[in-house]
Amino acid sequence: MTHTMVKTILYAVAAAGGISFVGAATAQQKEVVIGEQCDRTGPTQIVGVNLCPAIRDYVNLVNSKGGIEGYKIKLDELDNEYKVPAAVEAYERHKAEGAVSIMIYGTPQTQALTQKLNEDKIPGTSPGFGTAAAANGSRYPYLFPIAATYWSQGAAAVQFVKEKLGGNLAGKKIAYLYYDNPAGHEPIVILEDLQKSEKFELKTFAVPPPGVEMGAQVLDIAQRFRPDFVIAHLFGRSPSVAMKELKRAGYPLSKVVGMVWASAEPDIEAAGGWAVAEGYHTIQFAGVGDDYPVRKEIVAMYKAEGKEPPKEMANTVYYNRGLLIGAVHVEAIRNAIKAKGGAQPTGEDVKKGFEAINDVTLGGLVPPMHLSAADHEGGGWVQVFQVKGGKFVKETDWFRAYPDVLARELKAAE
Amino acid sequence: MLHRESGVFKTSYGADMAVFPLPIAKGAMAALTVLFVAVVPIAFSEYHLSILNLILIAVVGALGLNILVGYTGQISIGHGALMSVGAYTAANLITRLHAPFWLALPAGGAMAAVIGAIIGIPSLRIKGLYLAIATLAGQLIIEWVINHVPWISGGVQASIEVPRPTVFGVPLRSQAQLYLFLLFFTALAIAATINLMRSRIGRAFIAIRDQDIAAEIIGIDIFRYKLWAFAISSFYAGVTGVLYTYYLGIANYEQFQIGVSIDYLAMIIIGGLGSVLGSILGATFVTLLPIATRWGLEAAGGVFFSVADLANIIPNLRLIMFGGLIIVFLAVEPEGLNRLWRNILSYFRVWPFSY
Repeated sequence: MTHTMVKTILYAVAAAGGISFVGAATAQQKEVVIGEQCDRTGPTQIVGVNLCPAIRDYVNLVNSKGGIEGYKIKLDELDNEYKVPAAVEAYERHKAEGAVSIMIYGTPQTQALTQKLNEDKIPGTSPGFGTAAAANGSRYPYLFPIAATYWSQGAAAVQFVKEKLGGNLAGKKIAYLYYDNPAGHEPIVILEDLQKSEKFELKTFAVPPPGVEMGAQVLDIAQRFRPDFVIAHLFGRSPSVAMKELKRAGYPLSKVVGMVWASAEPDIEAAGGWAVAEGYHTIQFAGVGDDYPVRKEIVAMYKAEGKEPPKEMANTVYYNRGLLIGAVHVEAIRNAIKAKGGAQPTGEDVKKGFEAINDVTLGGLVPPMHLSAADHEGGGWVQVFQVKGGKFVKETDWFRAYPDVLARELKAAE
Repeated sequence: MLHRESGVFKTSYGADMAVFPLPIAKGAMAALTVLFVAVVPIAFSEYHLSILNLILIAVVGALGLNILVGYTGQISIGHGALMSVGAYTAANLITRLHAPFWLALPAGGAMAAVIGAIIGIPSLRIKGLYLAIATLAGQLIIEWVINHVPWISGGVQASIEVPRPTVFGVPLRSQAQLYLFLLFFTALAIAATINLMRSRIGRAFIAIRDQDIAAEIIGIDIFRYKLWAFAISSFYAGVTGVLYTYYLGIANYEQFQIGVSIDYLAMIIIGGLGSVLGSILGATFVTLLPIATRWGLEAAGGVFFSVADLANIIPNLRLIMFGGLIIVFLAVEPEGLNRLWRNILSYFRVWPFSY
């Protein structure tokens, strides 16, 4: 290497050193900070690119209406690429910015941050992922699933199947097709518990990561086991593969119910379109579709600014989940500010705010959840939607299944 | 180190092998110690310390992998899984037997060393890409076992929560406390690696890397030393896993999947194969670069884009810049950051009278 090259590099290093971290200017207005983690570039980006803009839209909507009790919300979004070190760094930055609540993103990231949340007394949410045991507020005081955990989803799936099969599962066969990772394993304990009381035959079929190869499992299901119903708990690209393969093996998709991460518009489209997936049932923890007042308000907000509503709104499953997350955080902060008589809330206050959440329905988009110091899940409500004629059609109202079984398993997990 | 003598004056092997080649090196070491032990934890904010902590943990892992890949010339794509072996060993010891950190750390390392040596057995017959695939199999097998054996992984969600490490009765909670804890072990790892490479074992590793048949002819037991390389390297990986477990308060194998193995390989390749300083620079570079590019983009991006657009642009542009900068650095100096640093030093050795 020549000396001129060394010189060039030295200049480059000096220039790079000049770029330093520019902190956020302290605003004159009263504001609360929400830390938001997202994955727009990692393995779950299909969720993140639709869910995170929704959170921002909801926060903008609240701010455009004057904020929460006079406080503007500052949303600090950082991409964690579904990586743990990145999530830790992002969390520390949220903390340094003074965040009073954290929207965590991803199961391993939730695990990694659980202890920090307790130590720093900042509440964090893990809607639809994380550990089911986190529903127990006395064991995880600062972690809030705020949506049906995998246990509640598993119980709800069984209840749904029971109704579909005429109210009695005795002697029926249910196949559980799942992604072979900890999250995929999680509902098995509930299914096995219910198998005893409901007397159905359960067989599990694991799909190894990355979950795009399941021809053997599907053939096994369709031609050997021949179940009365299939419960699919898959992530990423694998739900689409499952739909395609089941279709090819001649198994009717009207006898398949997918859990919450196997249930969005992109999954249907990647499976070959709505016609292919006709009949497929999906479990949802937030309302699906366009027919909610809050979505109309967001469209109106964009129109008022002279802009088109964002294209992400078309993915109603993930977009509406983003709205749910935003709404629950805003409500918790509102409760906290009210409880303090308008004073600046701390993380501890917002935790109590979360625990006071009761019926934030958002016109039916959010389930009638009721959080308390003991129950951080809010009941474990879900709805089932079916693919019918090119869209998701609501099949059931909000319901929760087997609360006694879930309570027993939660107790056992303590 | 920062300083260089003005020429080559060494007259004995002893002088050539010295850790501190010049008296001033001891002074520099003392100054660095004061800087890292006394100044940094006070001067840095919690947030910046948390980044530094991630770097410290990565340095230990990169050093370990460099012993295997850089010094011994073997390859492993299974180091991520070996970290999880250390993590789960320590987590089980901590939760079941209430083991203190001074027991859990070496135990985690030792278990990883044993498993790593087993994974290394194929290296006795195969090399290069073939060995890479064999170690990849090791990664997948370890992941599968942890995922499916609740006795190891603690059952639901395959994760075990551990309490914070306690030193003299004080639980380490704040980033500054954890920083000092991690710094101690990282410094230990650096010193151990430097000295390992000055020893008979280290020279045997290098001989095997340069030409294994020649090494065998001059009397090095290849069988033994290749397994030693795997074991020592895996020990570092195991300790990295334990440090992660203590830092995060949880052992979870999803943090140690195949992508992590690749990240660590990237660290040592960017930093410089077969050098201690290269491991440190590489670990720092790979950990810090995504964060630093985001700072830069946040500072500059607000001028051109709206906040909502920026939220989408930054993560994507950051990935592009990350990849681009790695290519740039490797194109400028294929031997990595360590060589780049040495070139800068030798430029200044005769500066300003370079002609």
